[in-house]
Amino acid sequence: MIEVSGLSKRYGNHLAVNDVSFSVEKGEVVGFLGPNGAGKSTIMNILTGYLSLTQGEVKIDGFDVMEYPEEVKKRIGYLPEIPPLYIDMKVSEYLDFIFDLKKVKFPKKAHINEVMKLVKIDHVANRLIKNLSKGYRQRVGFAGALIGNPDVLILDEPTVGLDPKQIIEIRNLIARLGKNHTIILSSHILSEIQAVCKRVIIINKGQIIADDTPEVLSDRLSNDKSIVARIICSEKDMLETLKTVKGVKSVTSLGCKEPNSVDFLIEPQDNCDIRADVFERVSSRGKTLLSLQSNKISLEQVFLRLTEEASNYEEARRLLGFNDEEKEENE
Amino acid sequence: MLAIFKREFKAFFATPVAYIILTAFYLFSGWRFSLYYGAGYPAVEGIIMELAIIIVFVTPLLTMRLMSEERRQKTDQALLTAPVTIFGIVFGKFLAAFCVYALGFLPTIIFQIIVMSLVEISILPYLYALFGALLLGAALISIGMFISSLTESSVVSAILNFVINILIIYSSSLVSSVSISWIVTAVEKIAFVNAFNNFGTTVFSIPDIFYFISITAAFLFLSVRSLEKRRWS
Repeated sequence: MIEVSGLSKRYGNHLAVNDVSFSVEKGEVVGFLGPNGAGKSTIMNILTGYLSLTQGEVKIDGFDVMEYPEEVKKRIGYLPEIPPLYIDMKVSEYLDFIFDLKKVKFPKKAHINEVMKLVKIDHVANRLIKNLSKGYRQRVGFAGALIGNPDVLILDEPTVGLDPKQIIEIRNLIARLGKNHTIILSSHILSEIQAVCKRVIIINKGQIIADDTPEVLSDRLSNDKSIVARIICSEKDMLETLKTVKGVKSVTSLGCKEPNSVDFLIEPQDNCDIRADVFERVSSRGKTLLSLQSNKISLEQVFLRLTEEASNYEEARRLLGFNDEEKEENE
Repeated sequence: MLAIFKREFKAFFATPVAYIILTAFYLFSGWRFSLYYGAGYPAVEGIIMELAIIIVFVTPLLTMRLMSEERRQKTDQALLTAPVTIFGIVFGKFLAAFCVYALGFLPTIIFQIIVMSLVEISILPYLYALFGALLLGAALISIGMFISSLTESSVVSAILNFVINILIIYSSSLVSSVSISWIVTAVEKIAFVNAFNNFGTTVFSIPDIFYFISITAAFLFLSVRSLEKRRWS
């Protein structure tokens, strides 16, 4: 549905986007992740035809964005970082205008009502946009993007400025829309991307440094099978006991985090799975295992490590533990 | 294009801009008409010619926020990512401002009807003057739009536009003290007021018509380029 190859954008001497290539299949929900100024919004603005590109090619549904801008724009619903709202208009007037602007062919009133219900702004339809709160304005902008039911939705930080309840609502809406739309969304809120996207593209300094599922990324980077066990026991005895479990490299006590229990950080040898062995040893001693968690790092940490330590795709791949050279040799 | 025209036209009446402009037009033309009528010389084309003074002030008000405000509020993102051409955006806005401007001449139609019901005169001088005033307005509005597309501030746009309007309309009076004859000739040829005044005489002059139409087209084109350039910067 979306094909980007060798995309670069230069602002004067500053290279905002540097040789970015990726493609998004129909029905995929992809998250753009990156620090401020990484080039996320610039890429989105190019995809939607707002900005021109310096080099490369962007195709939406087979149409080149530079050659057939109108065909491309017909297929995209765009919610920019700052929703493009005419604040002197009423919500319904604004959506009416967007409907006409996009030359939508559906029955007008029914379609606008449907969209307003979808983003839950139908009760403010007759209010002036300038009197609405940030959260409502964001939703009006979202409604504008949904008008005409475009195949592709490009959402630049769709939940910025919303309260936690609204964030969950919008997130659920995106998840629902993801069933029959192709969606690209950008965010600083990493848990959000984890919640709604099946694929993450991490962008740093205008380059793609990682492109994978959130699970693979956090698995890869953590590359860590250590576990944290919470056991009702006396600290000293259990420390000795756990050390004798097969495959355990080291055990450290993390101290008491819940009354009467002790937390242990258990590191395995050679990354083997030791959860079953630990459980059996603990229960065979008649102690109660309250919880057993993998010491997995969150996507947030993946993101921080990648953007701080890797400045290009190859470095990031190495950090993530992909062995590209080996693969190439095998092939 | 039609959607943009409709929105802009409504926006003029949602803010005081259109009312201020139309009040100025109506008050001035009404005052002049009552004066001429009382003096027994009710030539409506003369009133249209005199309205030039109002027009100089009015077009910057009409065009000051047309482009600059979109840029400041980032609403241009909605327009430029919609399936409309940039020319469609520019022309829709131009047409909206032009229609508000044209409404300013509504009372002159009534004046003309009154006069024609009293004395037997030809309608042609009136129509020709009205045509000239509309052409002058189109040219000034397109220039104003271009200025508005250069800045994010509607105030800067209005002031700049006002100064430029004075210069291009009254440049011939400004250079009258210059003794170098070719400068005077050149400026007089360029000055809008001379071309416009020709519409006050009934001599149908094709060059004057083309003069205004080509200026309008040129500045509409420049506005389109100005919007496009922003995509490339």
